[in-house]
Amino acid sequence: MATFTLPKNSTVTAGETYKAEPGAKNVRSFKIYRWDPDSGENPRYDTYEIDLDKCGPMVLDALIKIKNEIDTSLTFRRSCREGICGSCSMNIDGLNTLACLKPIEEVSGEVRINPLPHMPVVKDLVPDLSQIYAQLRSIEPWLKSDTAPPPDGERRQSKDERAKLDGLWECILCFCCSTACPSYWWNGDRYLGPAVLLQAYRWIADSRDEYTGERLDALEDPFRLYRCHTIMNCSRTCPKGLNPAEAIGKIKQMMVERQG
Amino acid sequence: MANPIAERAALRSPLGRVRGLGSAKSGTQAWWMQRVTSIALLPLTIWLVFSLACMAGASFGEAQAWVARPLNAVLLLAFLAASFHHSAAGIREVIEDYVKPEFARMGSVLVVKGVCALLWLVSSLAVLRIAI
Repeated sequence: MATFTLPKNSTVTAGETYKAEPGAKNVRSFKIYRWDPDSGENPRYDTYEIDLDKCGPMVLDALIKIKNEIDTSLTFRRSCREGICGSCSMNIDGLNTLACLKPIEEVSGEVRINPLPHMPVVKDLVPDLSQIYAQLRSIEPWLKSDTAPPPDGERRQSKDERAKLDGLWECILCFCCSTACPSYWWNGDRYLGPAVLLQAYRWIADSRDEYTGERLDALEDPFRLYRCHTIMNCSRTCPKGLNPAEAIGKIKQMMVERQG
Repeated sequence: MANPIAERAALRSPLGRVRGLGSAKSGTQAWWMQRVTSIALLPLTIWLVFSLACMAGASFGEAQAWVARPLNAVLLLAFLAASFHHSAAGIREVIEDYVKPEFARMGSVLVVKGVCALLWLVSSLAVLRIAI
């Protein structure tokens, strides 16, 4: 059966509380999931009290402040701090999003931070994404064409053809959507998930690509594609405001279309 | 999700695991028929509920006479076919979502399909015996 409850060694226990320095006026608590693979202990929630007057506006600013000033062992991924690299995706206040784009002000009360749901955890807020990267690789996300490009220039597209890629090319592969999808939780080993299916559609919709049929063939599967039940968590959670559910719907539409 | 540690112990590359046995090259027909039957069931269910409500308090003989009318019998048979097809497809989706391992999943899907097919045959036979 699908696993609905956490195994014993994954039950999260209460951890330490790091008090704010005395005199701090604008204090906010950050309750953060901690797990160290080397300790052999269960994961725990550590609470850090932060003076928001001495912290940047985003959740990532608070995480960096904690790592720099309070607890250097806190582990998370980050790079660009402006919503374009997709590294700092995590579950903040119950919703998958990018820590760098999430204002602390948008969260009321304690800020709860967990790693992306239902992924193996490497450490603290760092999930193991090797399966999802392999799934991305499996849909061959690059232009495939038998016709050689014109020797004197680029492969051309009309404005309308190019417009079909809008809402698709903006995806930064943070995988907030796939890890928010219950179908991906229960059948992630076979279902490709919204992020990878949106990428698949990005190449199916590309007028320069000549392997549309082969791409559809590879997706025509009760698990790879049809585990999507239009739950729409993907579109709700996307920090870039994209709509993976619509892309999946368009793939299904093309599947029916080609049956004649 | 399968145990990631056991999977790593199998030493197969993530890409090899993801590609697995390849695509089944099917699934569209099942998905499409689920949509088609759900749309067909909309008017059929409204018709059935409305007709049954109109027959409230009718005698056994009157109910039999209602089923025996050709239009009613045909629509009833269509309703039975669509609803049992749709329920089998729906329960199958739930099983495929949640039941593991593979043999349990395949076994329970077969049982559901068999039960739905038998119920469809039994109920259609009942309609036909009254109507013909």
